[in-house]
Amino acid sequence: MADATKFEVVTPTGIILSVDVEDIYAPGEKGEFGVLEGHTDLICNLVSGVVKYKTGGTLKTIAVGGGYAEVAPGKVNLLVDIAYMGEDINASEVTAELAAAEKAIDGVSEDDPDFAANKATAEFAKIKLAAAGG
Amino acid sequence: MPTLSDIKRRINSVKNTQQITRAMKMVSAAKLRRAQDDIVSTRPYADKIKTLVGSLSGMVSPDSNPLFQKLAGGESSKDTKRSEKTQEAKGQEEVVDETVEVVEAPGTSYAPEEDAAAAKKKIELILLTSDRGLCGGFNTLLIREAEGFLADHADDEISLYLIGKRGADYFRRHLGEGGKSKDMGVARPTYEMAKAISAEITADYLEDRADEVYVIYSEFQSALTQEPVLQKILPVTPPAPPVEAVAVDGEAVNADAEASGASDLDECILEPSAQEVLDSLLPKYIEVQVFRSLLESSASEHGARMTSMDSASRNASDMIDNLTLIYNRVRQAAITKELMEIISGAESLK
Repeated sequence: MADATKFEVVTPTGIILSVDVEDIYAPGEKGEFGVLEGHTDLICNLVSGVVKYKTGGTLKTIAVGGGYAEVAPGKVNLLVDIAYMGEDINASEVTAELAAAEKAIDGVSEDDPDFAANKATAEFAKIKLAAAGG
Repeated sequence: MPTLSDIKRRINSVKNTQQITRAMKMVSAAKLRRAQDDIVSTRPYADKIKTLVGSLSGMVSPDSNPLFQKLAGGESSKDTKRSEKTQEAKGQEEVVDETVEVVEAPGTSYAPEEDAAAAKKKIELILLTSDRGLCGGFNTLLIREAEGFLADHADDEISLYLIGKRGADYFRRHLGEGGKSKDMGVARPTYEMAKAISAEITADYLEDRADEVYVIYSEFQSALTQEPVLQKILPVTPPAPPVEAVAVDGEAVNADAEASGASDLDECILEPSAQEVLDSLLPKYIEVQVFRSLLESSASEHGARMTSMDSASRNASDMIDNLTLIYNRVRQAAITKELMEIISGAESLK
């Protein structure tokens, strides 16, 4: 088994996760990338999406908002706006959230001040569902 | 001479007040704890963003991003912009004039326009105060700091952005309609709020409505001491590169000459490029700074309220002690008087 990489997910409201992992897959701005042990140093922009990581042989997921990934020898830091652990996401709650957000943008013009916010909520709810499912 | 029942009533009313202040102290203590936790938990993110900005900003040229020193890059374009700028300044002067009326020394306001526009800086000042009072000198100190800032920059055009009802009320009273304002809200400051404020000030800065943006907030040192602090938000002053990146910094200076932005941070891959990463990072850096000042301010407010409510409770118990003393004395005097009456009545019957 490869040496563990220290993986931290940090948001403005605190450290969400800090574990040793074997590998990580994150949604970069230029496509998803994987980080295995011995990866070159890397700083890149992240888009919102699902981050997957493997710890102790099990694959776990996190839904993240946009941010940065910083890969350094032996550690990976994700600096993101917002993050939810896949296992903590309540799928039925998020489905309701998604439905509410979609209803709010349904038939509303794109210039509406609330449109962007609701749209973002809906998009992120989809990501959360994907994280919860996978 | 107050009667016994008068004093009794006063004692009861002070007791009621004391109960309220004691409860407020307790509530503030709980809120303070939470606010302190918030400050602590936001620190890792803030530190990492700061480190990143520090090491990346060494790698790109300083005028590559408009959020860095605008003046450095803007020098050359100033002449072409001058005419529109003065027009803009003219329009704005009318608005700003009312705002800064008090601090503007007579005669300095309308210097020859060309020079005035060049020398005058448009400064946006964010002042963080609380929505509610009963927190000792908290708001007064902040407002005094802001007044000091206005006096120091009497020659510049200052627009105020007042967050918190107390500050907004004060400046509305003293300066007429005092610029933009926003309520602090009773709940804990959220990152979304910091984001919204940052977006507004960044827009003001980029669209030439402000050359510099400062924030005055109260730095939380302990529950007993809160210090008003003036901090420059825009243009972004890059934080010193972290120790490990110092070597890179030297390298980057050379790298700048050959290809700005494409240099590498110790063979670190930057995706898409240092410039682009930094471009998206800087707004975050501003958000984090604003967020931190909101949190500090909120913690300070609760700290100040806790301290002042504590001393209010203590004053109330001093007052109750005093009143009880008077009450007993009056009661004793009444008894003595009654006794005297009985005795003298008995004496007269002999």
